[in-house]
Amino acid sequence: MKLKSRHLLGLDGMAKEELALILDTAVSFREVLDRPIKKVPPLQGKTVVNLFFESSTRTRISFELAERRLSADVVSFSTAASSVSKGETLKDTARNIEAMKIDMVVIRHAAPGSAHFLTRVVDANIINAGDGAHEHPTQGLLDMYTLREKFGTLEGLRVCIVGDISHSRVARSNIYGLTTMGAKVSVCGPATLIPKDIQQLGVKVYHRLDEVIPEVDALNVLRIQLERQKSGLFPSLREYHRFFGVTKEKVSKASKPITIMHPGPINRDVELSADLADGEHSVILQQVTNGVAIRMAVLYLLGTTN
Amino acid sequence: MNKIRTIDSESFRRTVNRLAHEIVERNIGTDNLVIVGIRTRGEYLARRLARKIEEIEGKSVQVGILDITLYRDDLRGRLDQPQLKSTEILFDITGKVVVLVDDVLFTGRTIRSALNALTDLGRPALIELLVLIDRGHRELPIKADFVGKSIPTSLKQEIKVMMTETDSEDSVYVLDVDEEGKETRA
Repeated sequence: MKLKSRHLLGLDGMAKEELALILDTAVSFREVLDRPIKKVPPLQGKTVVNLFFESSTRTRISFELAERRLSADVVSFSTAASSVSKGETLKDTARNIEAMKIDMVVIRHAAPGSAHFLTRVVDANIINAGDGAHEHPTQGLLDMYTLREKFGTLEGLRVCIVGDISHSRVARSNIYGLTTMGAKVSVCGPATLIPKDIQQLGVKVYHRLDEVIPEVDALNVLRIQLERQKSGLFPSLREYHRFFGVTKEKVSKASKPITIMHPGPINRDVELSADLADGEHSVILQQVTNGVAIRMAVLYLLGTTN
Repeated sequence: MNKIRTIDSESFRRTVNRLAHEIVERNIGTDNLVIVGIRTRGEYLARRLARKIEEIEGKSVQVGILDITLYRDDLRGRLDQPQLKSTEILFDITGKVVVLVDDVLFTGRTIRSALNALTDLGRPALIELLVLIDRGHRELPIKADFVGKSIPTSLKQEIKVMMTETDSEDSVYVLDVDEEGKETRA
Protein backbone atom coordinates (compact mmCIF):
# COMPACT_ATOMS: atom_id res chain seq x y z
CA MET A 1 0.00 0.00 0.00
CA LYS A 2 1.27 3.41 -0.89
CA LEU A 3 -0.10 6.84 -1.76
CA LYS A 4 -1.35 7.28 -5.32
CA SER A 5 0.14 10.73 -5.83
CA ARG A 6 3.73 11.79 -5.25
CA HIS A 7 2.44 15.11 -3.89
CA LEU A 8 0.12 16.07 -1.05
CA LEU A 9 -1.99 18.95 -2.35
CA GLY A 10 -5.24 18.41 -0.49
CA LEU A 11 -7.47 15.80 1.12
CA ASP A 12 -10.17 16.30 -1.53
CA GLY A 13 -10.33 13.18 -3.65
CA MET A 14 -8.03 11.06 -1.49
CA ALA A 15 -9.26 7.53 -0.85
CA LYS A 16 -10.14 6.28 2.60
CA GLU A 17 -7.29 3.74 2.44
CA GLU A 18 -4.76 6.49 1.69
CA LEU A 19 -5.93 8.63 4.60
CA ALA A 20 -5.84 5.57 6.86
CA LEU A 21 -2.31 4.75 5.68
CA ILE A 22 -1.10 8.24 6.66
CA LEU A 23 -2.84 8.07 10.05
CA ASP A 24 -1.47 4.57 10.76
CA THR A 25 2.03 5.57 9.71
CA ALA A 26 1.85 8.59 12.02
CA VAL A 27 1.23 6.26 14.99
CA SER A 28 4.75 4.88 14.50
CA PHE A 29 6.24 8.36 14.34
CA ARG A 30 4.31 9.42 17.43
CA GLU A 31 6.29 6.72 19.25
CA VAL A 32 9.57 8.12 17.87
CA LEU A 33 8.68 11.51 19.41
CA ASP A 34 8.61 9.94 22.88
CA ARG A 35 12.12 8.53 22.56
CA PRO A 36 15.19 10.11 24.13
CA ILE A 37 16.69 10.44 20.63
CA LYS A 38 13.87 11.75 18.47
CA LYS A 39 15.56 11.12 15.19
CA VAL A 40 15.32 8.34 12.58
CA PRO A 41 17.22 7.99 9.29
CA PRO A 42 14.77 7.36 6.38
CA LEU A 43 15.23 10.72 4.60
CA GLN A 44 19.00 10.79 4.94
CA GLY A 45 20.47 12.55 1.91
CA LYS A 46 17.16 14.16 0.88
CA THR A 47 16.88 17.93 0.76
CA VAL A 48 13.64 19.63 1.69
CA VAL A 49 12.88 23.30 1.10
CA ASN A 50 10.20 25.07 3.12
CA LEU A 51 8.79 27.93 1.05
CA PHE A 52 6.66 30.11 3.28
CA PHE A 53 5.17 33.05 1.39
CA GLU A 54 2.81 33.72 4.28
CA SER A 55 3.75 34.19 7.89
CA SER A 56 3.40 31.09 10.01
CA THR A 57 5.19 30.05 13.13
CA ARG A 58 3.79 26.75 14.24
CA THR A 59 3.29 25.10 10.85
CA ARG A 60 6.79 26.03 9.72
CA ILE A 61 8.44 24.88 12.93
CA SER A 62 6.35 21.70 12.88
CA PHE A 63 7.44 20.89 9.31
CA GLU A 64 11.06 21.74 10.07
CA LEU A 65 11.11 19.50 13.11
CA ALA A 66 9.44 16.69 11.17
CA GLU A 67 12.02 16.98 8.38
CA ARG A 68 15.00 17.10 10.73
CA ARG A 69 13.69 14.16 12.76
CA LEU A 70 13.64 12.13 9.55
CA SER A 71 17.28 13.16 8.96
CA ALA A 72 16.57 15.30 5.88
CA ASP A 73 18.64 18.38 5.03
CA VAL A 74 16.40 21.40 5.49
CA VAL A 75 16.36 24.89 4.04
CA SER A 76 13.63 27.29 5.07
CA PHE A 77 12.76 30.65 3.74
CA SER A 78 10.02 33.16 4.36
CA THR A 79 8.99 36.09 2.22
CA ALA A 80 10.33 38.96 4.22
CA ALA A 81 13.93 37.86 3.76
CA SER A 82 13.70 36.61 0.20
CA SER A 83 13.94 37.81 -3.37
CA VAL A 84 10.14 37.58 -3.60
CA SER A 85 10.17 41.03 -2.06
CA LYS A 86 12.25 42.02 -5.07
CA GLY A 87 9.45 41.04 -7.42
CA GLU A 88 10.41 37.51 -8.42
CA THR A 89 7.52 35.30 -9.52
CA LEU A 90 6.63 32.04 -7.79
CA LYS A 91 7.65 30.14 -10.90
CA ASP A 92 11.10 31.74 -11.02
CA THR A 93 11.65 31.24 -7.31
CA ALA A 94 10.70 27.58 -7.57
CA ARG A 95 12.80 26.90 -10.66
CA ASN A 96 15.82 28.57 -9.14
CA ILE A 97 15.49 26.50 -6.03
CA GLU A 98 15.07 23.36 -8.08
CA ALA A 99 18.26 24.17 -9.94
CA MET A 100 19.95 23.72 -6.57
CA LYS A 101 18.93 20.01 -6.62
CA ILE A 102 16.25 19.61 -4.03
CA ASP A 103 13.94 16.65 -3.50
CA MET A 104 10.86 18.00 -1.74
CA VAL A 105 9.13 21.36 -1.38
CA VAL A 106 6.74 22.39 1.38
CA ILE A 107 4.81 25.47 0.32
CA ARG A 108 2.55 27.94 2.12
CA HIS A 109 1.08 30.65 -0.12
CA ALA A 110 -1.88 33.04 -0.06
CA ALA A 111 -3.01 32.03 -3.55
CA PRO A 112 -5.25 28.95 -3.81
CA GLY A 113 -3.74 26.43 -6.19
CA SER A 114 -0.15 27.56 -5.71
CA ALA A 115 0.96 24.08 -4.59
CA HIS A 116 -0.78 22.62 -7.64
CA PHE A 117 1.00 25.12 -9.84
CA LEU A 118 4.39 24.09 -8.44
CA THR A 119 3.83 20.46 -9.42
CA ARG A 120 3.76 21.65 -13.05
CA VAL A 121 6.97 23.68 -12.94
CA VAL A 122 9.28 21.62 -10.73
CA ASP A 123 10.05 17.93 -10.43
CA ALA A 124 10.22 17.66 -6.63
CA ASN A 125 7.55 16.19 -4.34
CA ILE A 126 5.24 19.05 -3.32
CA ILE A 127 3.49 19.29 0.04
CA ASN A 128 0.81 21.92 0.49
CA ALA A 129 1.17 23.68 3.85
CA GLY A 130 -1.82 25.94 3.19
CA ASP A 131 -2.86 27.65 -0.05
CA GLY A 132 -5.20 30.57 0.50
CA ALA A 133 -8.70 29.49 1.49
CA HIS A 134 -8.34 26.21 -0.41
CA GLU A 135 -6.73 23.45 1.70
CA HIS A 136 -4.32 22.80 4.56
CA PRO A 137 -4.10 19.01 4.32
CA THR A 138 -1.60 18.30 7.11
CA GLN A 139 -3.76 20.32 9.53
CA GLY A 140 -6.80 18.28 8.48
CA LEU A 141 -4.82 15.07 8.99
CA LEU A 142 -3.51 16.04 12.40
CA ASP A 143 -7.03 16.96 13.52
CA MET A 144 -8.24 13.57 12.30
CA TYR A 145 -5.33 11.84 14.04
CA THR A 146 -6.09 13.64 17.31
CA LEU A 147 -9.77 12.69 17.12
CA ARG A 148 -8.97 9.07 16.27
CA GLU A 149 -6.50 8.90 19.14
CA LYS A 150 -9.13 10.24 21.53
CA PHE A 151 -12.18 8.30 20.30
CA GLY A 152 -10.60 5.20 18.73
CA THR A 153 -12.39 5.63 15.40
CA LEU A 154 -13.64 8.37 13.10
CA GLU A 155 -16.56 6.30 11.83
CA GLY A 156 -19.77 7.92 13.01
CA LEU A 157 -17.95 10.53 15.10
CA ARG A 158 -19.86 13.83 15.27
CA VAL A 159 -17.61 16.84 14.75
CA CYS A 160 -18.66 20.47 14.36
CA ILE A 161 -16.35 23.11 12.92
CA VAL A 162 -17.17 26.50 14.40
CA GLY A 163 -16.34 29.93 12.98
CA ASP A 164 -15.36 31.50 9.69
CA ILE A 165 -15.87 28.58 7.32
CA SER A 166 -15.74 30.72 4.15
CA HIS A 167 -12.15 31.80 4.54
CA SER A 168 -10.87 28.62 6.16
CA ARG A 169 -8.60 26.08 4.48
CA VAL A 170 -8.54 24.20 7.77
CA ALA A 171 -12.32 23.75 7.59
CA ARG A 172 -12.17 22.50 4.02
CA SER A 173 -9.43 19.94 4.64
CA ASN A 174 -11.24 18.73 7.76
CA ILE A 175 -14.52 18.37 5.89
CA TYR A 176 -12.99 16.38 3.02
CA GLY A 177 -10.93 14.13 5.26
CA LEU A 178 -13.45 13.49 8.01
CA THR A 179 -16.40 12.80 5.69
CA THR A 180 -14.26 10.33 3.71
CA MET A 181 -13.44 8.52 6.95
CA GLY A 182 -17.13 8.26 7.81
CA ALA A 183 -17.47 11.01 10.43
CA LYS A 184 -20.59 13.17 10.64
CA VAL A 185 -19.42 16.72 10.09
CA SER A 186 -21.32 19.93 10.71
CA VAL A 187 -20.37 23.59 10.56
CA CYS A 188 -21.60 26.46 12.70
CA GLY A 189 -21.14 30.20 12.28
CA PRO A 190 -22.78 33.42 11.16
CA ALA A 191 -24.51 33.12 7.77
CA THR A 192 -22.09 35.67 6.33
CA LEU A 193 -19.12 33.38 7.07
CA ILE A 194 -20.58 30.10 5.76
CA PRO A 195 -20.41 29.46 2.01
CA LYS A 196 -23.69 28.92 0.22
CA ASP A 197 -24.13 25.32 -0.93
CA ILE A 198 -21.59 23.96 1.57
CA GLN A 199 -24.14 21.18 2.24
CA GLN A 200 -22.97 19.70 -1.05
CA LEU A 201 -19.77 18.66 0.72
CA GLY A 202 -21.90 16.48 2.98
CA VAL A 203 -22.04 18.70 6.06
CA LYS A 204 -24.94 20.00 8.14
CA VAL A 205 -25.16 23.75 8.69
CA TYR A 206 -26.03 25.40 11.98
CA HIS A 207 -26.25 29.05 12.85
CA ARG A 208 -26.73 28.62 16.58
CA LEU A 209 -24.24 26.97 18.94
CA ASP A 210 -26.96 25.89 21.39
CA GLU A 211 -28.55 23.80 18.63
CA VAL A 212 -25.37 21.98 17.64
CA ILE A 213 -23.72 21.47 21.05
CA PRO A 214 -26.05 18.65 22.20
CA GLU A 215 -25.41 16.88 18.88
CA VAL A 216 -21.61 16.56 18.82
CA ASP A 217 -18.62 14.73 20.32
CA ALA A 218 -16.05 17.39 19.41
CA LEU A 219 -15.90 21.06 18.47
CA ASN A 220 -13.12 22.28 16.21
CA VAL A 221 -13.04 26.01 16.90
CA LEU A 222 -11.49 28.14 14.17
CA ARG A 223 -9.51 31.29 14.72
CA ILE A 224 -11.45 34.44 13.87
CA GLN A 225 -9.24 36.72 11.80
CA LEU A 226 -9.28 40.01 13.67
CA GLU A 227 -8.83 41.97 10.47
CA ARG A 228 -12.06 40.42 9.15
CA GLN A 229 -13.91 42.71 11.57
CA LYS A 230 -13.48 45.64 9.20
CA SER A 231 -15.01 43.66 6.31
CA GLY A 232 -18.53 43.99 7.71
CA LEU A 233 -19.11 40.23 7.77
CA PHE A 234 -19.84 40.41 11.48
CA PRO A 235 -20.54 43.51 13.59
CA SER A 236 -17.94 43.26 16.33
CA LEU A 237 -15.70 40.81 18.19
CA ARG A 238 -17.87 41.23 21.27
CA GLU A 239 -20.97 40.27 19.37
CA TYR A 240 -19.15 37.38 17.70
CA HIS A 241 -18.05 36.13 21.09
CA ARG A 242 -21.59 36.40 22.45
CA PHE A 243 -23.13 34.28 19.70
CA PHE A 244 -20.32 32.05 18.43
CA GLY A 245 -17.67 32.14 21.14
CA VAL A 246 -17.37 28.67 22.67
CA THR A 247 -17.57 28.98 26.45
CA LYS A 248 -17.84 26.68 29.43
CA GLU A 249 -21.39 27.80 30.02
CA LYS A 250 -22.48 26.92 26.48
CA VAL A 251 -20.82 23.48 26.36
CA SER A 252 -22.20 22.61 29.79
CA LYS A 253 -25.58 22.20 28.06
CA ALA A 254 -24.34 18.96 26.52
CA SER A 255 -25.08 15.69 28.31
CA LYS A 256 -21.43 14.58 28.16
CA PRO A 257 -18.09 16.39 27.91
CA ILE A 258 -17.23 17.78 24.48
CA THR A 259 -13.66 17.57 23.17
CA ILE A 260 -12.29 21.00 22.28
CA MET A 261 -9.91 21.53 19.35
CA HIS A 262 -8.33 24.65 17.86
CA PRO A 263 -5.77 24.94 15.05
CA GLY A 264 -4.16 27.96 16.73
CA PRO A 265 -3.19 30.62 17.37
CA ILE A 266 -6.10 31.24 19.77
CA ASN A 267 -7.75 34.58 20.35
CA ARG A 268 -8.49 33.84 23.96
CA ASP A 269 -12.03 34.76 25.02
CA VAL A 270 -13.01 35.64 21.45
CA GLU A 271 -13.76 32.38 19.63
CA LEU A 272 -12.84 30.20 22.61
CA SER A 273 -12.85 30.92 26.33
CA ALA A 274 -9.53 30.58 28.10
CA ASP A 275 -10.85 28.13 30.70
CA LEU A 276 -11.98 25.73 27.95
CA ALA A 277 -8.76 26.10 25.98
CA ASP A 278 -6.79 25.09 29.06
CA GLY A 279 -9.45 22.72 30.40
CA GLU A 280 -9.39 18.95 30.78
CA HIS A 281 -11.33 18.30 27.57
CA SER A 282 -9.04 20.42 25.42
CA VAL A 283 -6.73 18.50 23.07
CA ILE A 284 -5.13 21.60 21.60
CA LEU A 285 -1.59 20.78 22.69
CA GLN A 286 -1.98 17.15 21.60
CA GLN A 287 -2.87 18.55 18.17
CA VAL A 288 0.47 20.34 18.09
CA THR A 289 2.44 17.23 19.10
CA ASN A 290 0.51 15.04 16.67
CA GLY A 291 1.18 17.60 13.93
CA VAL A 292 4.87 16.70 13.94
CA ALA A 293 4.06 12.97 13.73
CA ILE A 294 1.59 13.51 10.86
CA ARG A 295 4.09 15.62 8.92
CA MET A 296 6.77 12.97 9.46
CA ALA A 297 4.35 10.36 8.10
CA VAL A 298 3.56 12.42 4.99
CA LEU A 299 7.22 13.26 4.32
CA TYR A 300 8.21 9.63 4.84
CA LEU A 301 5.49 8.20 2.58
CA LEU A 302 6.19 10.69 -0.23
CA GLY A 303 9.96 10.74 0.20
CA THR A 304 10.68 7.02 0.16
CA THR A 305 8.70 5.92 -2.93
CA ASN A 306 9.86 6.17 -6.49
CA MET B 1 7.89 -27.26 -6.03
CA ASN B 2 10.81 -28.56 -4.04
CA LYS B 3 10.02 -27.96 -0.40
CA ILE B 4 11.85 -29.72 2.43
CA ARG B 5 10.79 -29.51 6.04
CA THR B 6 13.96 -29.13 8.08
CA ILE B 7 12.38 -28.52 11.48
CA ASP B 8 9.02 -29.89 12.58
CA SER B 9 6.96 -28.68 15.50
CA GLU B 10 8.56 -31.03 18.03
CA SER B 11 12.13 -30.07 17.19
CA PHE B 12 11.02 -26.42 16.95
CA ARG B 13 9.92 -26.62 20.58
CA ARG B 14 13.14 -28.35 21.67
CA THR B 15 15.25 -25.79 19.84
CA VAL B 16 13.52 -22.84 21.52
CA ASN B 17 13.89 -24.54 24.90
CA ARG B 18 17.58 -25.15 24.34
CA LEU B 19 18.10 -21.51 23.30
CA ALA B 20 16.34 -20.32 26.47
CA HIS B 21 18.70 -22.48 28.55
CA GLU B 22 21.71 -21.15 26.66
CA ILE B 23 20.65 -17.55 27.35
CA VAL B 24 20.44 -18.06 31.12
CA GLU B 25 23.60 -20.15 31.14
CA ARG B 26 25.70 -17.59 29.36
CA ASN B 27 24.29 -14.62 31.28
CA ILE B 28 24.35 -16.45 34.64
CA GLY B 29 20.64 -15.89 35.29
CA THR B 30 18.32 -13.13 34.19
CA ASP B 31 19.55 -10.09 36.14
CA ASN B 32 19.66 -7.05 33.91
CA LEU B 33 18.47 -9.15 30.96
CA VAL B 34 15.88 -7.99 28.41
CA ILE B 35 14.77 -9.59 25.15
CA VAL B 36 14.03 -7.58 22.02
CA GLY B 37 12.43 -9.28 19.03
CA ILE B 38 12.51 -7.94 15.47
CA ARG B 39 9.07 -7.79 13.87
CA THR B 40 7.36 -10.08 12.96
CA ARG B 41 8.57 -13.59 13.81
CA GLY B 42 11.43 -12.34 15.97
CA GLU B 43 8.77 -10.90 18.24
CA TYR B 44 7.00 -14.25 18.60
CA LEU B 45 10.31 -16.01 19.24
CA ALA B 46 11.23 -13.40 21.86
CA ARG B 47 7.94 -13.97 23.69
CA ARG B 48 8.36 -17.75 23.63
CA LEU B 49 11.93 -17.45 24.93
CA ALA B 50 10.80 -15.12 27.72
CA ARG B 51 8.09 -17.57 28.77
CA LYS B 52 10.56 -20.44 28.83
CA ILE B 53 13.15 -18.46 30.79
CA GLU B 54 10.50 -17.60 33.36
CA GLU B 55 9.76 -21.31 33.67
CA ILE B 56 13.43 -22.11 34.17
CA GLU B 57 14.45 -19.27 36.45
CA GLY B 58 11.15 -18.29 38.08
CA LYS B 59 11.70 -14.66 37.14
CA SER B 60 10.03 -12.70 34.38
CA VAL B 61 12.04 -11.04 31.63
CA GLN B 62 10.91 -7.88 29.84
CA VAL B 63 10.20 -8.19 26.13
CA GLY B 64 10.34 -5.40 23.56
CA ILE B 65 9.44 -5.28 19.86
CA LEU B 66 11.65 -3.56 17.34
CA ASP B 67 10.45 -2.32 13.93
CA ILE B 68 13.48 -1.69 11.74
CA THR B 69 11.70 -0.29 8.65
CA LEU B 70 13.03 3.26 9.16
CA TYR B 71 16.60 1.97 9.36
CA ARG B 72 16.61 -0.23 6.27
CA ASP B 73 19.30 0.48 3.69
CA ASP B 74 16.96 -0.44 0.83
CA LEU B 75 14.12 1.94 1.74
CA ARG B 76 14.60 3.84 -1.50
CA GLY B 77 14.74 2.02 -4.78
CA ARG B 78 11.97 -0.37 -3.84
CA LEU B 79 8.78 -0.30 -5.83
CA ASP B 80 6.59 -1.35 -2.95
CA GLN B 81 6.71 0.48 0.33
CA PRO B 82 7.27 -1.67 3.42
CA GLN B 83 4.57 -1.08 5.97
CA LEU B 84 5.85 0.91 8.90
CA LYS B 85 4.88 -0.41 12.31
CA SER B 86 5.71 0.79 15.78
CA THR B 87 8.64 -0.08 17.96
CA GLU B 88 7.32 -1.07 21.37
CA ILE B 89 10.13 -1.08 23.90
CA LEU B 90 8.51 0.24 27.04
CA PHE B 91 11.65 0.15 29.18
CA ASP B 92 15.04 1.83 29.18
CA ILE B 93 17.67 -0.38 27.51
CA THR B 94 20.60 1.68 28.80
CA GLY B 95 22.91 -0.49 30.92
CA LYS B 96 20.91 -3.65 30.09
CA VAL B 97 21.99 -6.89 28.47
CA VAL B 98 19.82 -7.00 25.35
CA VAL B 99 19.20 -10.30 23.61
CA LEU B 100 18.25 -9.33 20.07
CA VAL B 101 16.08 -11.99 18.44
CA ASP B 102 15.27 -12.72 14.80
CA ASP B 103 14.08 -15.77 12.93
CA VAL B 104 16.60 -16.00 10.08
CA LEU B 105 20.13 -14.62 9.82
CA PHE B 106 21.04 -14.15 6.13
CA THR B 107 22.93 -11.12 4.75
CA GLY B 108 23.15 -9.44 8.14
CA ARG B 109 21.56 -6.23 6.86
CA THR B 110 18.47 -6.56 9.03
CA ILE B 111 20.68 -6.94 12.09
CA ARG B 112 22.75 -3.91 11.05
CA SER B 113 19.52 -1.89 10.89
CA ALA B 114 18.39 -3.29 14.22
CA LEU B 115 21.68 -2.38 15.92
CA ASN B 116 21.33 1.21 14.70
CA ALA B 117 17.72 1.34 15.85
CA LEU B 118 18.65 -0.08 19.26
CA THR B 119 21.53 2.29 19.87
CA ASP B 120 19.20 5.20 19.06
CA LEU B 121 17.04 4.06 21.97
CA GLY B 122 19.81 3.94 24.55
CA ARG B 123 23.20 2.47 25.39
CA PRO B 124 22.92 -1.19 26.33
CA ALA B 125 25.76 -2.72 28.37
CA LEU B 126 25.85 -5.60 25.89
CA ILE B 127 23.89 -6.79 22.89
CA GLU B 128 23.73 -10.52 22.11
CA LEU B 129 22.25 -11.89 18.90
CA LEU B 130 19.96 -14.90 18.82
CA VAL B 131 18.61 -16.40 15.60
CA LEU B 132 16.53 -19.48 15.00
CA ILE B 133 18.17 -20.22 11.64
CA ASP B 134 21.56 -19.17 10.30
CA ARG B 135 21.51 -19.72 6.55
CA GLY B 136 24.88 -18.16 5.70
CA HIS B 137 25.69 -15.66 2.88
CA ARG B 138 26.66 -12.76 5.11
CA GLU B 139 27.27 -9.40 3.42
CA LEU B 140 28.31 -7.69 6.67
CA PRO B 141 30.62 -8.80 9.48
CA ILE B 142 27.86 -10.02 11.81
CA LYS B 143 27.79 -13.24 13.83
CA ALA B 144 25.11 -14.69 16.10
CA ASP B 145 25.78 -15.59 19.75
CA PHE B 146 22.97 -18.15 19.90
CA VAL B 147 21.92 -20.21 16.88
CA GLY B 148 18.96 -22.60 16.78
CA LYS B 149 20.17 -24.40 13.69
CA SER B 150 22.67 -23.67 10.95
CA ILE B 151 21.26 -24.57 7.55
CA PRO B 152 23.72 -24.16 4.69
CA THR B 153 21.73 -22.91 1.71
CA SER B 154 22.34 -21.81 -1.86
CA LEU B 155 21.16 -18.38 -3.00
CA LYS B 156 18.52 -20.14 -5.08
CA GLN B 157 16.90 -21.38 -1.92
CA GLU B 158 14.64 -19.66 0.54
CA ILE B 159 14.03 -20.33 4.22
CA LYS B 160 10.46 -20.22 5.37
CA VAL B 161 9.87 -20.05 9.12
CA MET B 162 6.32 -20.73 10.21
CA MET B 163 5.02 -20.05 13.71
CA THR B 164 1.57 -20.77 15.07
CA GLU B 165 1.16 -17.11 16.07
CA THR B 166 0.53 -16.32 12.39
CA ASP B 167 0.85 -19.61 10.53
CA SER B 168 -0.75 -23.06 10.66
CA GLU B 169 2.20 -24.80 12.33
CA ASP B 170 5.63 -24.43 13.92
CA SER B 171 8.12 -25.46 11.28
CA VAL B 172 11.01 -24.45 9.05
CA TYR B 173 11.10 -25.22 5.33
CA VAL B 174 13.82 -24.91 2.72
CA LEU B 175 12.33 -23.94 -0.66
CA ASP B 176 13.90 -23.82 -4.11
CA VAL B 177 13.35 -20.53 -5.90
CA ASP B 178 14.31 -19.28 -9.36
CA GLU B 179 16.49 -16.25 -10.07
CA GLU B 180 13.67 -13.72 -9.67
CA GLY B 181 13.13 -14.99 -6.16
CA LYS B 182 9.84 -16.68 -6.99
CA GLU B 183 8.98 -20.17 -5.87
CA THR B 184 9.51 -22.68 -8.69
CA ARG B 185 7.35 -25.63 -9.47
CA ALA B 186 9.24 -28.91 -9.56
